[in-house]
Amino acid sequence: MAPSSTKSAYWKGVRDGTPFILVVSPFALLFGVVATEAGLNVFETMAFTIVVIAGAAQFTALQLMSENAPTIVVLASALAVNLRMAMYSASLTPYIGAAPMWQRAIAAYFTVDQAYALSIIEYENKPTLTVPERMAYFFGVITPVCPNWYFFTLVGAMVGQSIPPAFALDFAVPITFLAMIGPMLRTPAHMAAAAVSVTFAIGFAWVPYNLGLMIAGIGGMITGAQIELWTERRAQR
Amino acid sequence: MIDRVELWIVIIGLGLGSFGLRFVFTGIIGDKNLPPWVLRHLRYTAVAVLPGLVAPLIVWPAATGGHMDPARTSAAIVTLVLGYFFKNVLLAIFGGAATLYLGLYLIG
Repeated sequence: MAPSSTKSAYWKGVRDGTPFILVVSPFALLFGVVATEAGLNVFETMAFTIVVIAGAAQFTALQLMSENAPTIVVLASALAVNLRMAMYSASLTPYIGAAPMWQRAIAAYFTVDQAYALSIIEYENKPTLTVPERMAYFFGVITPVCPNWYFFTLVGAMVGQSIPPAFALDFAVPITFLAMIGPMLRTPAHMAAAAVSVTFAIGFAWVPYNLGLMIAGIGGMITGAQIELWTERRAQR
Repeated sequence: MIDRVELWIVIIGLGLGSFGLRFVFTGIIGDKNLPPWVLRHLRYTAVAVLPGLVAPLIVWPAATGGHMDPARTSAAIVTLVLGYFFKNVLLAIFGGAATLYLGLYLIG
């Protein structure tokens, strides 16, 4: 491995990651604001965002804790939202699985949506990259993204308490989630999964301990998987 | 008010769990593959959980005492439609927020 080529892979990652500051910062800001609205202090908000470093799961956990859901339901729901990270991990493994353990451990912590999406495109487009170059690219992408996630959470947590109720921040969480759900509805299977999830969540809202959401999540997953299977079989005929 | 003990259990548990999910393949399993049926279900986890989480917040908003409210409902619809057609999360958030504030201003 030539040090100059890992260096240029790193800087290519930095350049590719930089535009995502615009995506990550408002989310981070919003989490800081919503967390302080829910009664967390600045230290708790920062611990949350640094330890977990996964926006959608953080919003999910915060929302359910505000509804006084049992801890086990909070954890199960937020981890279910994060199950996609296991898929990222699975799909990165053929490319970086040979890197030293400490590098893989650090990369695992920083496996966020943007880092995964950019890295997998780069690895697929450039099959001749060496493992050190791939790791350098990955760390390049997270260099502008993750520090800004921390920083803007802090800004949000500091200004959060001074935002008046007229701004209807109660609806910041639903709007954020809906904005994320829209682009996820790529196929009929995804749409069916979402539709079943909504129907079950409303229909089973009476079930105690927020378990209605668990029922909705499991129902949605099975629906998505079955529709995908059915679509594939029909295409093969 | 969120209970402090619960908060820290969630922060630490969710942190360890999320790291575990991110590390499970790159770190532990190596290049062994998961059975296809497991991957097929994993693909739909986010889209199966998030809509179910958000639906009750729209149908029964806490801020209005649990009554559906035209400003919040139209903001929700605009956000989802923008996100679906433009695949742009930030555009959808800003469009939804603008609709919400316009609605609250017009209807009160």
